[in-house]
Amino acid sequence: MSTVATPDVPPKTNRFGLPMSQYKGLDSTLCAGCGHDGITSQIVKAFFEYGVEPSRVAKFSGIGCSSKTPAYFIGNSHGFNAVHGRMPAVATGAMLANRTLLGIGVSGDGDTASIGIGQFVHLLRRNIPLIYIIENNGVYGLTKGQFSATADVGSKLKNGIVNELPPIDCCVLAIELGCSYVARSFAGDPKQLVPLIKGAIAHKGTALLDVISPCVTFNNHEGSTKSFKYAKEHEELVHEIGFVPYYEEIRADYPEGAVKEVELHDGSHIRLRKLDRDYDPTNKPQALQLIRKANDLGELLTGLLFYDGEKKDFIDELNLTDNPLATLPADQVRPGHEALEEIMKEFA
Amino acid sequence: MSQGTLAAVADVAEEQGGQQKIVNDFSIQVATVNGSGSQSANSVLMRSIFLMGVPVSGKNIFPSNIAGLPTWYTIRASRRGYLARRKEVDLCITINPESAREDIMNVLPGGAVISEESLNLSGLRQDIAFYPVPFSKLAIQTSPEPKLRKLLMNMIYVGVAAELLGIGHDEVVTAIRTQFKSKAKAVDLNVKAVDLGIEYARSRLVKKDPYQIQRMDKTAGKVIIDGNSAAALGAMFAGCTVVTWYPITPSSSLCETMIEYFSKYRIDQKTGKATFAIVQAEDELAALGMVVGAGWAGARAMTATSGPGISLMSEFAGLAYFTEIPAVVWDIERVGPSTGLPTRTAQGDVLSAFYLSHGDTKHIVLFPASVEECFDFAGAAFDLAERFQTLVLVLSDLDLGMNNWMANPFKFPEKPLDRGKVLTKADLERLGGFERYRDVDGDGIPYRTLPGTAHPLAAYFTRGSGHNEKAAYSERPEDYKNLMDRLARKHETAKLYVPKPIANINPRAKIGIIAYGTTDWAVVESRDQLREEDGIETSYLRVRALPFTPDVRDFVNRHDRVYVVEQNRDGQLGDLVKLEVGGQCERVRKVLHYTGYPIDARTITEMISGAEREQKGGI
Repeated sequence: MSTVATPDVPPKTNRFGLPMSQYKGLDSTLCAGCGHDGITSQIVKAFFEYGVEPSRVAKFSGIGCSSKTPAYFIGNSHGFNAVHGRMPAVATGAMLANRTLLGIGVSGDGDTASIGIGQFVHLLRRNIPLIYIIENNGVYGLTKGQFSATADVGSKLKNGIVNELPPIDCCVLAIELGCSYVARSFAGDPKQLVPLIKGAIAHKGTALLDVISPCVTFNNHEGSTKSFKYAKEHEELVHEIGFVPYYEEIRADYPEGAVKEVELHDGSHIRLRKLDRDYDPTNKPQALQLIRKANDLGELLTGLLFYDGEKKDFIDELNLTDNPLATLPADQVRPGHEALEEIMKEFA
Repeated sequence: MSQGTLAAVADVAEEQGGQQKIVNDFSIQVATVNGSGSQSANSVLMRSIFLMGVPVSGKNIFPSNIAGLPTWYTIRASRRGYLARRKEVDLCITINPESAREDIMNVLPGGAVISEESLNLSGLRQDIAFYPVPFSKLAIQTSPEPKLRKLLMNMIYVGVAAELLGIGHDEVVTAIRTQFKSKAKAVDLNVKAVDLGIEYARSRLVKKDPYQIQRMDKTAGKVIIDGNSAAALGAMFAGCTVVTWYPITPSSSLCETMIEYFSKYRIDQKTGKATFAIVQAEDELAALGMVVGAGWAGARAMTATSGPGISLMSEFAGLAYFTEIPAVVWDIERVGPSTGLPTRTAQGDVLSAFYLSHGDTKHIVLFPASVEECFDFAGAAFDLAERFQTLVLVLSDLDLGMNNWMANPFKFPEKPLDRGKVLTKADLERLGGFERYRDVDGDGIPYRTLPGTAHPLAAYFTRGSGHNEKAAYSERPEDYKNLMDRLARKHETAKLYVPKPIANINPRAKIGIIAYGTTDWAVVESRDQLREEDGIETSYLRVRALPFTPDVRDFVNRHDRVYVVEQNRDGQLGDLVKLEVGGQCERVRKVLHYTGYPIDARTITEMISGAEREQKGGI
């Protein structure tokens, strides 16, 4: 069965013959209008459009509102809702055990930047192959509205408490620590978020997406810097993003110099169309400088902020065999009688 | 000193030509400075005795320090094959000025001391023999390099001791070759240093003590290895594929040994790629988290740690239990709480390991007592973890893990790996689906699938929150209770699979002894002492796992009194035995040792014979 696709009518099924419904999960139990549900929809769309076999996907999360969402997408893939702030370790173990999995982790700002900061930085250092999405609302939802470590100075809770501590910028941290794919986006900007997620699917190594995702119940009021209104008013795109999967032909339909093509690990391309500023996501010092400058101005800089296609991921660093460690046959993981005899002689 | 000790010494003394000889039954304590390289010399001395065919054990009593503090190494030769620590010192080699006086005061009357001549210690006691040796002066002849001299000085005392005790030159040279892995230059230098010691003793010292090593045939075919290496090898031959760890004494060497051997024996010959991942984690939380993630994805994954690490792993331990994920944790116990005595031994983590985490948890716990069991239990732990889809803790200790033990060479594990109830794509096609937490077989153990299984019905969602049989989120009271009851049932089933206790029932014995782990070695010897010195017959049950098998209750029921011997303050396993036997708990007594040093037979004998005397006296 083949479907003739036109640019305006998206195909009903993807390259594996699966409809979008196969990429959905259970109904969300989050508050109506939650930014997280918007991100879930974009994950569904990106995985469907890119065309990923659900059984290849492994979903991970820690604890919090964000961490509930893996139950809401790709229902036919294995998922693991772990413990608070410890998703990176669980994902690391699973990806070591089976390198053929496509891992996606969803975390929140508390789960990542407060309780989970230790595991988060070490995941980045190792460059574990994993899509890591932070659904960042600056607040703890499930425990009813306390600040997290990404809350901006001066941001105010509904009860009037003002945050005086500096926020942790997870993108800056990730770039510093050598993360090879760092993006920031906004739950209210699907046009940008979908190609960024597709790029993350095509990437090899950790792909960090820090997505501002307003909490409609506890942090969407006047005075919040993580509200829909604030994000809409202050979002500054560093470029317009398009994605061309490896299995589609690239057409050069743009004027010279206006677009930067970034080739990803699997042969897919990310197209960065220049807007009103020059931004080179492969230039680390420049990226850091621009993000810091935007932070000082209260701007929300979004887009693919940093990319390094050369960095080895942890699987290659460990020189792991091509087949999953988890299911190697016994004769490959149990050395023979001679080996034991040889070793015992050393101790005789 | 107790009467019992004198009797034991007399027992092995031989009259020969009017001079008393004590052959192959004494202990040597070497007192040196930490970081001075004495460990190699001590290993060579121990191995030389081993090569003479005499059963021997070595205990390293070291400080939490890299260099400068006093350290001791006790070598025990035992013709009867006792490998437990002997707390009495017969021959003392002391070249540490800081501890020398105290070391000498600890020597048994009739014993001997080899010490640095310039310290002028010979007048300290009249009841022991002194052998002053100018180690520093002799060391000048070993090498022109001062750094090497410092190391080689230790080999001089090996030579002196070898000559005085009658250890063969060939045996010492072979031991040096083994120690330095036949690196010619190092072997030559060390042999030269040993020869300096031999020559000095031969020409300048007159034998005044009774101790002698004479050739026996009790060590042929045996090996000397530490428990951590044994565990590392066991895991390698058990098909372990993911190892995570965070450095902590006394467990670090377990994973470091894994790196060494896996790098050699677990590289795919065709591709040159690794069939394992060994990761040094950022902390113990991450170490167990990675193991849980890897276990979930189907790997045989493990970590090794000690008490403080166990505390940090508590949350993930509960997750593994509740979500039913295989995981193996080796706990090389040391003295706690907190940093405690990090370089000393204990059996203090029994209760915390058994109940590790919050809520209703109880785990499978294994207690290896020997290096052979470290090797075997490394495989058994994976089989149990995968069979029962749960956390398995293996409780070793510093004494077993870091000290050298004489043992039989390990037997190749012929039993196939037990990967447990894992459904494949083909199974799912045949069954038309599955429910992750349903007790299909009535043994409490459900079926699982691995992520990546290419079947639309393979997927399920793992969560630490409440869930029903279909792995769906649930806070319903009956779902939670069903789940907890099934987990309890699974734990019951485990009693049929865990290593059974080793029972040694003496039909004439009214009293029994229960012990586990390294305490075994001292109990075996103590039982002989109790019988030979006090006429007390005992039965013995060595427990090898939790949950208890019915053998424990039967054992307590058939004896008037049962002494549970262990190395912690509160008698942690003793408490579990009392819970197990309920109404019979009055029969259970505790014999406890908690000094940080490995337990010795004499301590047990004195406590049990004292308690039995009180019992007879009707006190």
